[in-house]
Amino acid sequence: MAYIDQPEDGDLGTTGPEVKPVTAKSAEPVIDPAGLPPDEDSSSAPPVVARPRVDSSLRTATRKATGVRAVRPAIKGFIHSTEIGGAVDGPGVRYVLFLSGCMLRCAFCHNPDTWHMHEGKPTNSRDVLKDISAYGKFLAHTHGGVTLSGGEPLVQTDFTAAILRGCKEMGLHTALDTAGFLGAHADDYLLADVDLFLLDIKAFTEATYHDLTGVALEPTLQFARRLAAMGKPVWLRYVLVPGLTDKFDEINGLADFARDLGNIERVDVLPFHKMGEFKWSVTNVPYRLGATEPPTFELTEEVRNVFRARGLLAP
Amino acid sequence: MNMQMRIDPTGDETAQGGLAPWRGFQGGDWQRGVDVRDFIQKNVTPYDGDQDFLAEVTPRTEKLWAELKDVLKAERDNGGVLAVDSSRVSTIVSHGPGYIDKDLEQIVGLQTDAPLKRAVMPFGGWRMVKSGLDAYGLKGEDWFGTVFPGIRKTHNDGVFDVYTPEMLKCRKSGIITGLPDAYGRGRIIGDYRRVALYGIDRLIEVKNAERASLEVSAFDESVMRLREELAEQIKALKELAKMGKSYGFDLTRPAMNAREAMQWLYLAYLAAVKEANGAAMSLGRVSSFLDIYIERDLDEGTLDETEVQELYDHFVMKLRIVRFLRTPEYDQLFSGDPTWVTESIGGMGIDGRTLVTRSSFRILHTLTTLGPAPEPNLTVLWSERLPQGFKDFCADVSIRTSSIQYESDDLMRPYWGDDYGIACCVSAMRIGKQMQFFGARANLAKTLLYAINGGRDEKSGDQVGPTYAPVAGDVLDYDDVVAKLLPMMDWLAKVYVGALNSIHYCHDKYFYERIEMALHDRDILRTMACGIAGLSVAADSLSAIKYAKVKVIRDDKGLAHDFEIEGEWPAFGNNDDRVDSLAVWLVETFMTAIRKQQTYRNSMPTQSVLTITSNVVYGKKTGNTPDGRRAGQPFAPGANPMHGRDAKGPIASMASVAKLPYAHAQDGISYTFTIVPSALGAANDERIANLTGLLDGYFDQGGHHINVNVFDRETLIDAMDHPELYPQLTIRVSGYAVNFIKLTREQQLDVISRTFHGLH
Repeated sequence: MAYIDQPEDGDLGTTGPEVKPVTAKSAEPVIDPAGLPPDEDSSSAPPVVARPRVDSSLRTATRKATGVRAVRPAIKGFIHSTEIGGAVDGPGVRYVLFLSGCMLRCAFCHNPDTWHMHEGKPTNSRDVLKDISAYGKFLAHTHGGVTLSGGEPLVQTDFTAAILRGCKEMGLHTALDTAGFLGAHADDYLLADVDLFLLDIKAFTEATYHDLTGVALEPTLQFARRLAAMGKPVWLRYVLVPGLTDKFDEINGLADFARDLGNIERVDVLPFHKMGEFKWSVTNVPYRLGATEPPTFELTEEVRNVFRARGLLAP
Repeated sequence: MNMQMRIDPTGDETAQGGLAPWRGFQGGDWQRGVDVRDFIQKNVTPYDGDQDFLAEVTPRTEKLWAELKDVLKAERDNGGVLAVDSSRVSTIVSHGPGYIDKDLEQIVGLQTDAPLKRAVMPFGGWRMVKSGLDAYGLKGEDWFGTVFPGIRKTHNDGVFDVYTPEMLKCRKSGIITGLPDAYGRGRIIGDYRRVALYGIDRLIEVKNAERASLEVSAFDESVMRLREELAEQIKALKELAKMGKSYGFDLTRPAMNAREAMQWLYLAYLAAVKEANGAAMSLGRVSSFLDIYIERDLDEGTLDETEVQELYDHFVMKLRIVRFLRTPEYDQLFSGDPTWVTESIGGMGIDGRTLVTRSSFRILHTLTTLGPAPEPNLTVLWSERLPQGFKDFCADVSIRTSSIQYESDDLMRPYWGDDYGIACCVSAMRIGKQMQFFGARANLAKTLLYAINGGRDEKSGDQVGPTYAPVAGDVLDYDDVVAKLLPMMDWLAKVYVGALNSIHYCHDKYFYERIEMALHDRDILRTMACGIAGLSVAADSLSAIKYAKVKVIRDDKGLAHDFEIEGEWPAFGNNDDRVDSLAVWLVETFMTAIRKQQTYRNSMPTQSVLTITSNVVYGKKTGNTPDGRRAGQPFAPGANPMHGRDAKGPIASMASVAKLPYAHAQDGISYTFTIVPSALGAANDERIANLTGLLDGYFDQGGHHINVNVFDRETLIDAMDHPELYPQLTIRVSGYAVNFIKLTREQQLDVISRTFHGLH
């Protein structure tokens, strides 16, 4: 076997497993499993996105893409939490990263503690990718992958893009859980690195949408059409809140819209729950749905049937 | 010698009179000597399909199970014990035949003359029997007080004659707990399959030859002991034949068909549970063995799938009603009324073929035909290479019943070959070739407190350990604590293994497991199976000391009785090497201390990371710990992270546990995993795919054992308040399954407080 002994130019996203760190800047005595040199500096230089490489067969045979250095220098970002082993945010068992920061103020939000980006934990794309890489085999076994959720991952567009790039270099399936309002911030390079979109459309008229989220609906619909034009797979998500989003004329409109898009692989009708209510006490915003009860199973099924009637999969 | 030649072809005991018992089997070494593994390898039919062939439950089974459920309900209503036969000491032949309903039962045999009537087995310790009788308001007969302890000494009396004062102090303080010094040690698996394959006459012949091999010139203690043991084994085999005869079976000859094979095998197991009340009385690895007979009968057209399932259902019903007379304290320690009738299912052969057969499906299918139950303790030996159809079926049954535990065959096969079984929860042993000296466990969290307090007990203030210098100063220094912990672990290992040597020396002497050992080879591997409890508490404590600032609060006796933590520290269960490495270090270091000790009968020292449910009792006996855990609060079970501290989700939690080295915990590493159904996926097929993926991923990382529970917290809370609605609610806790409604309220609350992996 021929090994390449030295890491090559800075754009190379991968190194051989036997390459030792060149410099050890990090104070943590954690052994880098990939044996990667740490980033020189992650402060001011503009990010370099790794160019698609022409792989020589030799290189692919002896080098494993790690993805950890896909974007250099690392992009700073803020995260709320990670759940490693989620099975409801995309196919298989997933590494779910909850990014902090969101423009919407949904009345039923169950993670209001993710609204403000700077209240999250500061980190960077390299550290996140390093953590993800530890679970690569596990995620492969379960036919799962990585889901970026939040908050709204598109608040931190560069950070999100860097993580997605790294995941793709690791060969992992990626999903982006978004409300679509900031869809215009995502360039096509970012979207190309997403295998599946979990698109939340919270309501289907401007009035209801604004009342529910505090922002406009149209950007989300535009984003949905853009994804359809790109032929990107989308799982549509709709939170069913009695008294707020249970109007069947709106649901019918949304279902027609979803059918016409042609790229909706599945529709998840999610019954509203109040498990996040306790988190609202820290927001200084009154919780409007204290008296609202979760929808009945029958109502939930009825809404699913609206989508099923249009040939959409609604499990 | 050709076995078939020796069978009287005109024998009229069975309808198949004239047929040879081994007809149609591929011959081999197994015909020349006792070698069940060779028989399986030569004759097994691996199955890589799905569950579609399985049959429905028969009306006869439904009727019998309904009758038995009534008796089980009567037992619960009667406070947990239905009846005790205190008129005699239980032996293999103490009772005549007993039946649930003779006309319906396809597989017969009870421990006494009636179902759920418990027998008296006093040789482990007469005190346990007496307090058991007293606790349930039953008077022992007069003979009992005359014989015990005046005339006949028991294992328990022997051990306490041997124990040193130091051992007694450690036992009292709870730094060592759960020792089998007052009851049967268990964790021995007789190779019950031998009785079916060879018949008792042949087995006695072999034992006689083994005995003759000990007519040697160096006639020392070990030779004499073994000769005496072999003589006892032969007597036990003869008694087994007699017991079989009382049910109308001739066990002296090999089984002729599947029905007989199952019956022979069960009666051999029954003999064991009539003679010994071991803490765990495991069955071995029988389903794929029996499958060979079943395949032959199916080929011969003498049996159909419905009848096969019926046989399994009736066999499993019997395994569900094995009972021993215990004290309420014992039940508190072990929860419920466990017997650990562990059956190991599946796995791979060393030649790469799977050992999954149709019968692997059938025995798991009893959880559907009869509903979920804690016993038998169904254990799937998992391999990445198991047929997908079987993996999916296991996951489906797990999701529906929470009654299966999984252990990594890929991890154990290199150690124990492809004919090992699990005793109790996680202890692998080659069937018929290996046994263990069950050693309960030492409390690592308390050991850490002893290190801090210079050997004084944090609760009583007594000097239990050696008088080493306690920690001085107000803030715990990591290096200082570790320097004090090392000699404390060495001391504990010395006292602990000493106590175990005392126990097993006396057990061999006063309560020798005759029939179980008769179904072993002459020369076997014995392991000295030590164990540790409180691993995650100890690891988290060291982590807090290392990465945060832990202040000591002392009481007026100068004892460190509480701690104040300032700052953040990583907790075990989040795949964080900073603390996970401390847990690994603890496992390796304590094992190293154990390996330094001299063990009884030159047994091989091993250890487990397992607590069963005694994590509640251990927690009660342990003061505040430097990780912030309050005094009395339960430990996490087995190798689990502490409740609620594994904040990054199930895979991170699994990844931490999977780092614990099996090489230094060859008696097993137990992990209990509980997830709400909706967190496993939306639809059932997704849940099945995700669960098999999780199992593949966990074992691929080096995990050894996992209990899988799939249910909502609300279900458990409801079951606490309405036990009558949940007679069969089974949950898995640290290596075995238990009937939830039989737990004490305290244990129920502990189970509910444990980490549920759910939705964000």
